[in-house]
Amino acid sequence: MAIAPETLKEEALEPRSAPPGSGAAHDDNFHNPPEKPSAQFHHDADVITRDLRHRALIQSALGKYGLARASKQSKFQDWQAARQAAGDVKWEALGRLDSHLRDFADKIEARGAKVFWASHGDEARDYVVQVIKDAGAKRIIKSKTMTGEEIHLNAALEKEGFEVAESDLGEYIVQLREEAPYHFVFPAMHLSRGEISDLFKEKLGTESTDDPERLTMIAREVMREKYIAADVGISGANFAISETGTISITENEGNARLTIGLPKIHIAIFGIEKVLPKMSDLALFLPMLATAGAGQALTGYNTLISGPRQPGEIDGPEELHIVLLDNGRTNLLADPEQRDALHCIRCGACLNVCPIFKNVGGHTYGTTYQGPIGSVITPHLRELQTWKHLSSASSLCGACTETCPVKIDIAHHLLQNRRNAVKEKSVWWEKLAMQGFAFFMNQPKLYRLALKVAPLAQAFHPLIKGRKIDPMYVWTKDRDFPKVARQSFREFWSKRQK
Amino acid sequence: MQHQTKSNREGILSAIRRALAVPAPRPGHHEGEAKTQQEPKFHSTLPIMGQEPVSSWLPPVGASWDDWRDLFAANSVDLKTEFIVCADEADLNAHLKRLAEQNGWKKVALHHGELTDKAQAALGLETMWVDKGYDPHELEKCDAGLTQCDALVAQTGSVVMSNPSAGGRVLSVLPPHHVVLARRDQLLPDLPTAFELMQSKYGDNYPSLMGFITGPSRTGDIERILVLGAHGPKKLTVLVV
Ligand code: SF4
Repeated sequence: MAIAPETLKEEALEPRSAPPGSGAAHDDNFHNPPEKPSAQFHHDADVITRDLRHRALIQSALGKYGLARASKQSKFQDWQAARQAAGDVKWEALGRLDSHLRDFADKIEARGAKVFWASHGDEARDYVVQVIKDAGAKRIIKSKTMTGEEIHLNAALEKEGFEVAESDLGEYIVQLREEAPYHFVFPAMHLSRGEISDLFKEKLGTESTDDPERLTMIAREVMREKYIAADVGISGANFAISETGTISITENEGNARLTIGLPKIHIAIFGIEKVLPKMSDLALFLPMLATAGAGQALTGYNTLISGPRQPGEIDGPEELHIVLLDNGRTNLLADPEQRDALHCIRCGACLNVCPIFKNVGGHTYGTTYQGPIGSVITPHLRELQTWKHLSSASSLCGACTETCPVKIDIAHHLLQNRRNAVKEKSVWWEKLAMQGFAFFMNQPKLYRLALKVAPLAQAFHPLIKGRKIDPMYVWTKDRDFPKVARQSFREFWSKRQK
Repeated sequence: MQHQTKSNREGILSAIRRALAVPAPRPGHHEGEAKTQQEPKFHSTLPIMGQEPVSSWLPPVGASWDDWRDLFAANSVDLKTEFIVCADEADLNAHLKRLAEQNGWKKVALHHGELTDKAQAALGLETMWVDKGYDPHELEKCDAGLTQCDALVAQTGSVVMSNPSAGGRVLSVLPPHHVVLARRDQLLPDLPTAFELMQSKYGDNYPSLMGFITGPSRTGDIERILVLGAHGPKKLTVLVV
């Protein structure tokens, strides 16, 4: 991206990933042509990285996360053994995914739920729309579902004229802003309270305030009426237990409890990889998700749903629809080397520790799942060549691998994606450059000559440095080029030996 | 009900079977040569039911009831749950009256149960029973929801509840103050024991909703600053007798 540093200070440059108010984030085609995702990534990264306000917000939010997490993780008697076990359980679950899913579906259907198997997003959307139409329903309340984001469910529902309310506070905020979630666990982390206050003032006509509690109460008041009035509640699920036909939903606000408690119909939509073999596995996964995700011993509400309202129960929905979504997951499953990327429990920890994420922010990725894990899975779920640039959005520091509660070697997978992309379709100039480099490095005489010439050539560098004709432009536009030593180590050593 | 879109159960299941043709290396075994052939067969899903490992990895809980009580109390401080161990039922009633007074309760919602019935009698306030169905608007206007529970978990400071034990799905989340009444022997050490209890209590016939409630409703969605009472109760009180 050719942007001179001076122009970046101007207000006019806005990130392109999700212009507020454009509704673009909900548009299927937004991240496709005319602008290539890689170009959009580079542009937005360039802008956001220099945005000090963004930096301060993220530093402070993730600083709080880091402290809370460290304190909760240290309470574990053996975090490393727990990680290995969690990874093993998911490995076992995915290794027999077909039979686990069959068991799950049969069990929950026996309790009165309907299970819909969707290969693609459009099938899932059509089914949800159909269920709502059949019921003659209008008003929909949603608790957080990233799978819903993945298939642009809200846009589809709104197009049908339904009234859709996101009940999770962060999701509600980004819904009002008509933008995509910034982070799949902390959707509104990029906003200050002032911005949220302005947003509420504009959209809801409330008074300005800089008190987070007051702001939360505004959302609470708005939502209360909606829960009671809603005909349909849509949720995601964090785990699906094959042993008992149960889904597990994790949340802090109580919004999911109300979403699946009050409306007459509950639709739960989630990916086929959410399976766990046994209910008791949750004794391990719930605290690990809470600890890695938000530095909590256990998340506020963990709710296990085994069917719609059963005979003799006081309340609960009359209908429960389960939508199991493939949408590219079997592609990833078919790659044994990277299959374990499906172990992900979406805790978001790898985003929180990623130096790239902290610098470029969530919207820059242009994906439903941001950060390291998003960079690993998006090329599989969408298309490798268009999304391969994400594998380079990594310093390969390995912080993601280190932090992952289910022990996914994310950094390894990022490299693997790079390799696969080259194997599938190599770029001619990269290939040529690499061949040239190999040739050069195999010629000691040429190499030594270059070392001699380099300091001389560098003397002329300032003439073009930082300008576009500079062959080192990508580097020198914001950085200095290190000075080439007058004496090579080899020369120094041989002199010393004398 | 006739749906136009067709569920693709067999299609997805066979795609999965095809995808699984080659086994994947175990987590932590990606480096170098694939070790899948030599790996010992994986036994069950791990002895999670309180027997060994899992409890030995999770945070320690101590051995006696007193340890568990202290741990639950410490977690409650952290979570901003009000946790009170009552000496006897008279003490419980006194605490309930104090809560009613302090919080200005005018109307409370309850479900029928041994402890909730007694609490209702002791409080003598206007009452809404949810057992035979209820109007959510009316429930929303109640000042507190009083429920029983399945268990308390010391390890995490959680209340384990379910459709039958706590008056359905909504009573514990819609009113602004949730009060849990529990017996001393309902306090369990850790999560594995809690799952063990649910399994032995309900067998294969699980209630349609079971839940772990850990502290009052909360959010950190604005600048990761903790705010209580996001959508559910702003206050959670746990009374043990
Ligand atoms: S890859 Fe691991 S750390 Fe990242 S979100 Fe998934 S489970 Fe969490």
